[in-house]
Amino acid sequence: MEKVLMKGNEALAEGAIRAGCRAYFGYPITPSSEIAEYMARKYPKIGGVFLQAESELAAINMVYGAASTGARVMTASSGPGISLKQEGISFIAEAELPCVIVNISRGGPGLGGIQPAQSDYFQATRGGGHGDYHTMVLAPASVQDMMDFAMEGFELADKYRIPVMIMAEGTLGQMMEPIILRDPVTPGYEKPWATTGCKGRKPNVITTLHLPPEELEQRNRYLKSKYDLIKAREKRAETFMTEDAKLVLVAFGLMSRVAKRAVMEVRKRGIKAGLIRPITLWPFPDEHIVEAAENGAKLFLSLEINMGQMVEDIKLALNGRSRVEFYGRIGIIPNPEEIVGVVMQIAEREGL
Amino acid sequence: MKVVAKRPESLYDKKFHYCPGCTHGIIHRVIAECIDEMGLREKTIGVCPVGCGVLAYEYFNFDMLEAAHGRAPAIATGIKRMLPENFVFTYQGDGDLASIGMAEIVHASARGENITVIFINNTIYGMTGGQMAPTTLIGQVTTTSPYGRKPELAGYPVRMAELLATNEGSAYICRTSVHNPANVNKTKKAIKKAIQTQLEGKGFSMVEILSTCPTNWGMSPLKALERVEKEMIPYFPLGEFKVKE
Ligand SMILES: Cc1ncc(C[n+]2csc(CCOP(=O)(O)OP(=O)(O)O)c2C)c(N)n1
Ligand code: SF4
Ligand SMILES: [Mg+2]
Repeated sequence: MEKVLMKGNEALAEGAIRAGCRAYFGYPITPSSEIAEYMARKYPKIGGVFLQAESELAAINMVYGAASTGARVMTASSGPGISLKQEGISFIAEAELPCVIVNISRGGPGLGGIQPAQSDYFQATRGGGHGDYHTMVLAPASVQDMMDFAMEGFELADKYRIPVMIMAEGTLGQMMEPIILRDPVTPGYEKPWATTGCKGRKPNVITTLHLPPEELEQRNRYLKSKYDLIKAREKRAETFMTEDAKLVLVAFGLMSRVAKRAVMEVRKRGIKAGLIRPITLWPFPDEHIVEAAENGAKLFLSLEINMGQMVEDIKLALNGRSRVEFYGRIGIIPNPEEIVGVVMQIAEREGL
Repeated sequence: MKVVAKRPESLYDKKFHYCPGCTHGIIHRVIAECIDEMGLREKTIGVCPVGCGVLAYEYFNFDMLEAAHGRAPAIATGIKRMLPENFVFTYQGDGDLASIGMAEIVHASARGENITVIFINNTIYGMTGGQMAPTTLIGQVTTTSPYGRKPELAGYPVRMAELLATNEGSAYICRTSVHNPANVNKTKKAIKKAIQTQLEGKGFSMVEILSTCPTNWGMSPLKALERVEKEMIPYFPLGEFKVKE
């Protein structure tokens, strides 16, 4: 198949369009703005809605409104903007409105910087706003993933009536790679709950207010059962040379590509290393971790572009079965040699 | 035989939870009548605020959503952009619209967003127990201005109709009251005009309605109606502030 050269952010935007997304609401912020700019160019030509909102708060609430009509809709932002969206994401999760939220992430806290980072891991995987909820979180590692995950994101969002977050480092949004353009899909989900005017049916109400205590508990139990179902069905990870690995690197996004090269290099030097790349950050692919431990991995090394947020999830998965260590940078994606150095040191110390 | 006004189809046959003498209920009824008379019930999508109107979807017999505090205009924007043929309105209190949702309302108006806003100005936060609102009058006692609102501490009450009328995108802006039958009728006319503005695609429309909160004003229902006339109207004059032809 013919490949075309595309920038990550544009591949993601094009993927959304091919998934049938016909509305984009957003507020400019580096390094995510190319997504908005792509939509601003494309939508007038294909009958989609592009609107530059006055803030991320407004943008996410426009998403709430547009998604309530049953349309596929998206917003994108970064760091501070994603924080502002959290109010709306909590409402969207409870109202069960399908949509895709993109975080082309940068380093924080505060204004931080625009260099690549994975510092929003906690925010993304723990819900992020108030209340007991989750969004599904997909972590692309290539420009091809940016297109594919955008399309998959809309499928998952509609299937489970859940907001899906795609979280990619700024570098992935900016870099260019040749990709296969996927065929457009026609969304095939009935949305009888949508607020479109009550002609021929009883009125629909979309609300997140549950004043009677039993009703509130019932809602939370219902949401939990939905999250349990997603956990049972949708954990995704890529594993590489883990079958006989004594040391397993765990890394997502762009970091996983660096980690993979490091694994190949240390294997040449006789170290039995492997890699687990979580694709869904929530639900976290804990079973892949456990399987590697059962296959004999003594030590897990979490590699992150933050200060070690994913370590908690790996430890939860292992429940004391193996040890977890961490190596990370911020604003810089370490090169494979740097990771090889770290792995060799550990291997020597542990006698691997 | 006495003729009793028929319940509009756009309202469920259900008792309002509003306090005695609260004019939220009258305003609900007027909105429902306008929607019925203009044949819009099946095309209508309403957005509730956070405030005493939060449960309005329990009364209106058409599609409705409940918004986060102040964000109703953004939600209505999202709906209207996807469904331009539908009639889309928000129902918002003064805390909702003029404080926490100030950015959303100003920009919906500035964009000439083709939605209709029903703005309930009762100079107080009703739902949360009577705190100061941006519209609270100078000298008015509330739980967070216990010595009366002082301009040197809390500034001056905002006049939303006048403010939004300055936006080019505003097509119809009007302030009315419901403190007596004549003014209820005028309110109904204004709401119809606002709806018509949207149906004709002219842009943003808002009717600001002076409303009572006897409970948090600490007044009898009758005294509350008097206060609207004697204290509110002098600061918040009634009338049309913008009519785009
Ligand atoms: C983000 C957020 N902040 C605060 C509140 C609490 N709150 C609920 S209603 C309300 C004020 C409502 O006043 P108004 O909009 O004037 O409506 P009224 O009840 O007077 O009709 C506040 C502050 C909230 N629900 N959400
Ligand atoms: S608290 Fe005030 S605004 Fe709310 S229902 Fe009672 S009287 Fe009406
Ligand atoms: Mg009020």
